[in-house]
Amino acid sequence: MSNGEHLSKQYDQELESLRTRILHMGGMVEAQLQAAIASYERPDVKLAEEAIDADRSVNEQEVDLDRLVVNMIVRRQPTASDLRLIIGVARTVTELERIGDEATKIARAAKWLFDKQRSIRTPRLRDIHNSALAAARMLRGALDAFARLDAAAAASIIEEDRGVDQQFQAILRQLITFMMEDPRTISPSLDAVWVAKAIERIGDHAKNIAEHVIFVAQGADVRHATPEEVARAVSPQE
Amino acid sequence: MKLIVNSADAGNLDAIDHARAIPIKAEVCNLSFYYGDFRGLKDISLAIHNKRVTALIGPSGCGKSTFLRCFNRIHDLYPGNRYEGSIRLHPDNVDILSRDVDPIDVRMRIGMVFQKPNPFPTTIFENVAYGLRLRGLAPRAAVAEKVEQSLRAAALWDEVKDRLNGLASNLSGGQQQRLCIARALAADPELLLFDEPTSALDPIATASIEELINGLKDTVSILIVTHNMQQAARCSDYTAFLYLGELIEFGETDQIFIRPGKKETEDYITGRFG
Repeated sequence: MSNGEHLSKQYDQELESLRTRILHMGGMVEAQLQAAIASYERPDVKLAEEAIDADRSVNEQEVDLDRLVVNMIVRRQPTASDLRLIIGVARTVTELERIGDEATKIARAAKWLFDKQRSIRTPRLRDIHNSALAAARMLRGALDAFARLDAAAAASIIEEDRGVDQQFQAILRQLITFMMEDPRTISPSLDAVWVAKAIERIGDHAKNIAEHVIFVAQGADVRHATPEEVARAVSPQE
Repeated sequence: MKLIVNSADAGNLDAIDHARAIPIKAEVCNLSFYYGDFRGLKDISLAIHNKRVTALIGPSGCGKSTFLRCFNRIHDLYPGNRYEGSIRLHPDNVDILSRDVDPIDVRMRIGMVFQKPNPFPTTIFENVAYGLRLRGLAPRAAVAEKVEQSLRAAALWDEVKDRLNGLASNLSGGQQQRLCIARALAADPELLLFDEPTSALDPIATASIEELINGLKDTVSILIVTHNMQQAARCSDYTAFLYLGELIEFGETDQIFIRPGKKETEDYITGRFG
């Protein structure tokens, strides 16, 4: 009955541009996150400043994309898969912007660490590094799933969030032990807690993006759903 | 999508959509309609839920108006037209397509409002009173009361109460359409059919008719044909998508417009129809 294109070519172009731009914003946030994490691990003040500066562009993208979404709703009155894509983009924009904010927090912590010229090594850097890798992988996976509207891939990203949450709990427990054993580690340990918390939140936002992908692809709202409900939502429909 | 309806049997006249716990007003079973040799409707089965609005959408020529017109037997007026299947009206489970059933009786129970307002060339009052008199309601006071009640129900009373003896043709398009709705309501119909009721009206008059439809569903079941998909989305509880005389999909309006089950429905409502 159709070749998958709208009668209105311009509508197709607008939707395509929306898709391209959300992925572009996702790429920017990914780069910002990489810079923030690297700046914390080294610590590297120049890299940290780059990550902090990048947040401004991410924020601009958020405002721009939101405006595009509102325009499309007003002018096109989207329905069905178009509606879901537009709503999915609007939600994903917010998640990406918040990931940008968390990355900025990490970069700020890096800068502070550098300014203080800490003699004491940052505790549990290895674990934080691993958890940051996992969160960044989730973000990459969620964006890939968005690009391909792959609900099954999105479902596996949602699963991964549990691992990131567990890593955060483990880091927290270890840092508490440190602080109890040696009060001199309290200040650097608290810094590490903020960073670990930011990473854990990034995992949450990546998971949310994956949930939005399932909404766009299948029309199922899996926010706050159990793993079984997610699995049912992404299994092929009868 | 599978339609879950417990078809009424001889012992139980009521039909209920058990999945949704809503009574069924009319049950269409395997309805086909022929204009001579041309099969305009193909084996359509669906349920019209009681005191709900059901919208029929689909491209021009898909059979939505043909379908709607089966409900008040307008097709009987032309030779060569033929029905197959049944439309059972509840709660009494009568097949309104049956030859034994008088179309006039059907039209007493099922009112219709057309695309263009078609008031009778007489006064506002007489337009509404006509059907009442036809049904044998004679006492002047009773007729007047019913006319007022119908005009109020059609949200027209306040605009015309001072000129009931004025000509209906002097009303605006939107007012004329509401007058036609009042005329249909005067007969206390159980089911109201709307065939593109707002396509000849401006946006303000359209909004008032839509508002009216929303208010009417407390008392009457409504079946509406519309070209305007946004109107179907705004006004209806259920939506049926017809294409080439076939029912492609029927479901709750929210589901149809957010997550349609069939690709054809998706293509049509998103404007990908080529």
